[in-house]
Amino acid sequence: MSARSSTAHSVVEPSSTSKLVASVLVVVYALVTMIPLFWIVVTSLKSPPDSISYPPKIVFTPTIEGYCNLFTNQTRQTPEFLATLPPATTACEKVTRERNMVIVGPSNFTKRFFNSLVIAFGSTALSVFLGTIAAYGFSRFKVPLKDDLLFFILSTRMMPPIAVAIPIYLMYRELGLSDTKIGMILLYTAVNVSLAVWLLKGFIDEIPREYEEAAMIDGYTRLQAFRKVVLPQATTGIVATAIFCMIFAWNEYAFAVLLTSGDAQPAPPFIPTIIGEGGMDWPAVGAGTTLFLIPILVFTILLRKHLLRGITFGAVRK
Amino acid sequence: MTGNHIPDALANRLATATPPKLAARVRGLSDKAIAWLFITPTMILLLAINIFPLIWTIRLSFTNFRANRTNAVVKGIGLDNYTSILTDPDIWAAMQSTAHFVFWTITMQTLIGFTLAYLLDRKFRGHGFWTTIILIPMMLSPAVVGNFWRFLYQPQIGLFNYIISFFTGVDPSSFEMIGSVTLAPWSIIIVDTWMWTPYVMLICLAGLRSIPDYIYEAAEVDRASTWRQFWSITIPMALPFIMLAVLFRGIENFKMFDMVNLLTSGGPGSTTEVASITLKREAFEKWRTGFSSAFAIILFVTVFGLANIYVKALNQVKSR
Amino acid sequence: MRKLVASAIALAASAFVAVAPTASSAKTITLCWAAWDPANALVELSKDFTAKSGVDMKFEFVPWPNFADRMLNELNSKGKLCDLLIGDSQWIGGAAENGHYVKLNDFFGKEGIKMDDFMPATVLGYSEWPKGTPNYWALPAMGDALGWTYRKDWFAKPELRAEFKKQYNRELEVPKTLDELTDIAKFFQGRDVDGKKVYGAAIFTERGSEGITMGVSNFLYPNGFKYDDPKKPYAMEGFVNSAGAVKGLEAYKALYKCCTPPGYTDAYMGEGLDAFKSGQVALQMNWFAFFPGLYKDEKVGGDKIGFFVNPKGPAGSGSQLGGQGLSVVSYSPNQAEALAYIKWFANPEIQKKWWSLGGYSAHKAVLNDPGFAKTAPFAADFLVAMGQVVDFWAEPSYAQLLLAEQKRIHDYVVADKGTAKEALDGIIKDWTKVFKDDGKL
Repeated sequence: MSARSSTAHSVVEPSSTSKLVASVLVVVYALVTMIPLFWIVVTSLKSPPDSISYPPKIVFTPTIEGYCNLFTNQTRQTPEFLATLPPATTACEKVTRERNMVIVGPSNFTKRFFNSLVIAFGSTALSVFLGTIAAYGFSRFKVPLKDDLLFFILSTRMMPPIAVAIPIYLMYRELGLSDTKIGMILLYTAVNVSLAVWLLKGFIDEIPREYEEAAMIDGYTRLQAFRKVVLPQATTGIVATAIFCMIFAWNEYAFAVLLTSGDAQPAPPFIPTIIGEGGMDWPAVGAGTTLFLIPILVFTILLRKHLLRGITFGAVRK
Repeated sequence: MTGNHIPDALANRLATATPPKLAARVRGLSDKAIAWLFITPTMILLLAINIFPLIWTIRLSFTNFRANRTNAVVKGIGLDNYTSILTDPDIWAAMQSTAHFVFWTITMQTLIGFTLAYLLDRKFRGHGFWTTIILIPMMLSPAVVGNFWRFLYQPQIGLFNYIISFFTGVDPSSFEMIGSVTLAPWSIIIVDTWMWTPYVMLICLAGLRSIPDYIYEAAEVDRASTWRQFWSITIPMALPFIMLAVLFRGIENFKMFDMVNLLTSGGPGSTTEVASITLKREAFEKWRTGFSSAFAIILFVTVFGLANIYVKALNQVKSR
Repeated sequence: MRKLVASAIALAASAFVAVAPTASSAKTITLCWAAWDPANALVELSKDFTAKSGVDMKFEFVPWPNFADRMLNELNSKGKLCDLLIGDSQWIGGAAENGHYVKLNDFFGKEGIKMDDFMPATVLGYSEWPKGTPNYWALPAMGDALGWTYRKDWFAKPELRAEFKKQYNRELEVPKTLDELTDIAKFFQGRDVDGKKVYGAAIFTERGSEGITMGVSNFLYPNGFKYDDPKKPYAMEGFVNSAGAVKGLEAYKALYKCCTPPGYTDAYMGEGLDAFKSGQVALQMNWFAFFPGLYKDEKVGGDKIGFFVNPKGPAGSGSQLGGQGLSVVSYSPNQAEALAYIKWFANPEIQKKWWSLGGYSAHKAVLNDPGFAKTAPFAADFLVAMGQVVDFWAEPSYAQLLLAEQKRIHDYVVADKGTAKEALDGIIKDWTKVFKDDGKL
């Protein structure tokens, strides 16, 4: 739309100096904020003494000891006892033996990570399912008190999690849902369904009604039209919503630490309790954090285009 | 979603106006039934896991019930819990810490976030990539972040003090972030800002991008300086978005628990004990269930009330 | 896209399948304890039980900072995770009155397990509720008290000894009083030893669970602090905030301010171990439970480490009681097997093996053995400590009492709020309120 002279920059297009300055500042900010994350990953590759050396070591010999400590339980033995054992087979065993320790079994981390996966996937599936159909209902039909219901759904997220946890704790105790994966899935679904309804309503609102109405003229029932016309078009929205719900369930801590114990405990309450022989085993904590981060990083990249929508409950669309 | 293939027959139908009542002619379930079928499960779940517990909490707040003494006799004590809370200096201290936290995090995140959004709006080469990088901190688990920043903040073995010392020459062991009464509140503010500035940035970016070019061009025609344009065009038009970001961040930080609990445990003393930490201690360590229920209700009403006022203000700004 | 949706649905469905409970074997019981050295020793010891009874043992160990929270939560939610619980001595009151533990009197009677066989301080501290009555809720499993370690090799350095003698006009030896201990800490603070800057003492300052209360008690008891009037229960004025108690609290703060490593504001057992093992401090306050492991440490163990019991103060001596008792959780479906474990554990031979592996047996057969003091360099100090132990409240509302003291003490010592007398007066105020709510005052 601009047919301006080539010497002056378009008034809306920034000058190349301002672009350069902006890029330098942004890149500096991005790199500075990445330093803590970088340090986490680096720490996961250090040996425990290296991780607590002072001043902090930038140059060190990397080792997988952090990851080994994360996944196994070990005890300290005397060198004489170690000499009587058969030679170490796996890489982790070799590293552990060097510290005069012996692997006695797997740690709880794998189970906790698995719990995180199950609870996150389960609650996401359920909340996206409920959210999609409820959003369709709100979008297409005249529901009495629709705005009030929608606001009520939003307001359920205003309670501090600890506050919600008090009666849920009592309720679950009576129902026998304490420390169960099903209990956590239900709870996370209830929290996520508000987000799901708001987001999906926004997505479904954008699908013109005429498509379904045309399909119904062709003889489809409402349900069939929903399945065959609306759902395929809403797929991106559904996937984006699913990922947001997943991120909440994956990262959640307060409910997890209060309502789970050994059987259903997911990873976030577990990672800050990984101790070594003295205080915290920072390489193992770093290893746990790094592994826990990877799905999130993948999702961030997949979700780039929809992030804005998700974090504002659909109020803002780019 | 682009690239969807609409069958030709359908497309032809779209060209003609669809009679409104036609949609109601269906074989099978009526629209009304479907609407109820679709909405009810969600409402039931929310009633069971949100409303019913809320009512239970309200009821509990009028008793002296303790969840660890199921054998004890439960008495109704009226408003005693509420009056003890409103007259308890420790609770007020916790609310003060929370307010300090919320105020400064919102201020810093808005300033830095908006600045970043403005810079990103210059659309330099590679800005999409760097945007994604900047977004990573806000996708992490706040609990894990709090735990790890405790490591970073250690005066002797942590990176933070050494970086500060590198830039300012101050001895790294001479100060400590988490243990000092003056610096601990800032330690939590810094971590929260590190995590959530991208959030504000993203929303402000949307705000900036929503401003149509022709307004700027008109201003240029009017010989308005860049500074003037910024203050009379950019800021006012981005304001609803900024306010939305402030609303969301405010609500979230009022409820903050995970990160602060793992970073400082509310210490030193109670300097960083925000409201949710006090609530957790009352409810799940001291097991004063009735008392903490009253506190929970007070917190909820506070957030709800503030959010309502805010949303009204937001709507006013939007309608301008 | 369809495939993606289908696979996502399949994944979610499998999530529901994974949630279905698995059948549990009746021949496995779970023992819950804190994650520390003695727990590893217990795993080793329990292999004998599995061999003798055929019952497999599973263990759930939780680090100390989270142990109380998690286990009390578990008990209050009537969880079935633990069949056996080695719970802290303070939990006895709550566990007994709220029905979390199985009362063991009948079982002891039937199996001939006599409480007289165990050291009286441990029976009182770990098993009895109400205190001083023959109602037993646990078998004393792990005797423990707060003691101190020090760098014997540093104390032996001639140049340091000479310097110390010049400054303080006495030899650089194990301190006999708390003041002497503070002097030694001051001496080492900031000193260059073996080419590295070191600090005086690693003491407990943890805010979250119980750290700073346990630590400060070691300074309060020898200065005359008492929880209440011995003649009038729950009368605290003049006993909690006596002049001696104020001095003791001030001394602890002085030690914290002058002689601890930088950033030592939230430290408990683990941080103390790290500080001592990395050669940062000359003195370390910690539980006797860790001393076997420290003695075996490759860097600071053996000849380099020495131990001493909590030194005297103006009003006498006192050590903070630690230790735990082994209880059967009343929600457990495997109580028969759990009780069998207790019977096996109470056997004097097993108790002797327990001590040899690093667990602190409370059985008289082990502790009263004439050779006991020579079995380890800290054994004699342990006996002295157990002879002077004082425990925190074990009331059902112990958590409220503990949290009140944690807050007031941490506010004063670390956050510099108010004076020592104000802190102790505040504690009395908080505790009075709790006791009034409980109907005890």
